[in-house]
Amino acid sequence: MDWTALTLSIRLGLLTVVLLLPLAFVLARWLAFGRFRGRGFVEALVALPLILPPTVLGYYLLVAFGRASPLGQAFEAALGHPLVFSFEGLLLASLLVNLPFAVQPMQNALAAIPPNLRDAARCCGLSPLATIRRVELPLALPGIATAAVLTFAHTLGEFGVVLMVGGSIPGETRTIAIAIYDRVQAFDEASAGVMALVLLTLSLLALGITNTLARRMVHRH
Amino acid sequence: MRRRAAIARLLLGGAATLVLVAASDARGQSRLHEQNLSGTPLIAAAADLKFALDEVIAQFRHDTGQRVRVTYGSSGNLARQIAQGAPFELFLSADERYVQWLADRHLTRGDGELYAIGRIVIFAPFDSPLRPDAQLSHLARRLSDGTAGRLAIANPEHAPYGRAAEQALRSLGLWEATRPHLVLGENVAQAAQFAASGNADGGLIAHSLALAPELRGRGSYALIPESLHEPLRQRMVLLVGASPAAERFYEYLRSPAGRGILAGYGFAIPGE
Repeated sequence: MDWTALTLSIRLGLLTVVLLLPLAFVLARWLAFGRFRGRGFVEALVALPLILPPTVLGYYLLVAFGRASPLGQAFEAALGHPLVFSFEGLLLASLLVNLPFAVQPMQNALAAIPPNLRDAARCCGLSPLATIRRVELPLALPGIATAAVLTFAHTLGEFGVVLMVGGSIPGETRTIAIAIYDRVQAFDEASAGVMALVLLTLSLLALGITNTLARRMVHRH
Repeated sequence: MRRRAAIARLLLGGAATLVLVAASDARGQSRLHEQNLSGTPLIAAAADLKFALDEVIAQFRHDTGQRVRVTYGSSGNLARQIAQGAPFELFLSADERYVQWLADRHLTRGDGELYAIGRIVIFAPFDSPLRPDAQLSHLARRLSDGTAGRLAIANPEHAPYGRAAEQALRSLGLWEATRPHLVLGENVAQAAQFAASGNADGGLIAHSLALAPELRGRGSYALIPESLHEPLRQRMVLLVGASPAAERFYEYLRSPAGRGILAGYGFAIPGE
């Protein structure tokens, strides 16, 4: 059991959730309530990581943030080290691949709010911010929770992108999913087995929670 | 309302747990940070060293109390990662051309040092129909009578041991016949794992891996004559930004203690 890898993965998962959820909420709200041209295109962009091979994303990240690119050089100047093969690089990759997992549940929850409720809130003199805080957020809570759980669980399991932009550096970019791959190559099946079981349990737990939340959302309507 | 209260409780509970985990994790990170400050050098090593270098690192830690972090991979991939800015301090390549390639890009401190000459073997699990022999004659027979199964080698594109395997198969005139049967590992340790797991008939892998206890218990091997492939001249080099701790480990590898362990894994040690 590689504890450094497990803590690293948990840290990556938590940071992804904390940074991504507010951004994703704004995006989800825009997609749920906004009526504008090109919405289908934006929705397709958000959903893209679901079907895009992780190696394709990894490749573009290497191209966009590698040492040769202006973006990569800007990051290197700011961080003091290159973005690829660093924890920050993994975090950026993780924010991108988790976009659909964070946006879609919240978008569905927001879209399910009856329009007359928001109209009533406006009629009662609630400011747009107060409407978000007192009407939309509470009603979308199961969707937000689902987004958080899915994003966290999916970050723990991400492999392809991490392999390409991470480089398996202990304590920096060797996540638990990569550690399993490493341990198998080292003929350490006992350790690989324990870590695989940890990921299996966490994934099952995440899906259990998500399904419970989804049922609650359905019951309410 | 009851449901909403339940969800709120669930979320509050979840948030509290996350904060607790994050807090304990932050302590863990600062511990790691302290280790970094005291210098845990980061090494990139060719995958043929997987078991040999683990033993050197354990002995080094026993002798000096100094920890070392290591990432194993194919020499080609590691060299590419170093060129792209991966924070390694010492590079142990299985092919000195990658060291030269990095030196040309001014990413190394000098030309480093030849630390070992590697050998390849044909390895087969005990229950495999393939019998290992130095001239690969049993493999040749199975190829010609159509009974050959899968053969694992490292990817010749970027793994030196894969390249040596390809050269040996070419020297024996078996390359074209073997190609449809090949499974490629990302590096030679993965090829060894394919070969030893029973999922392939066997493989052409590093002698140093075949000698490791993890593989010795799983199959038998035959050493392939050096004349069948270019010598695997393994060179190591300190990289720009190497810490004093990385320098100490480099010196340890050059010492009789380090060389002795490598020799025990079947490497020929230059200058001896």
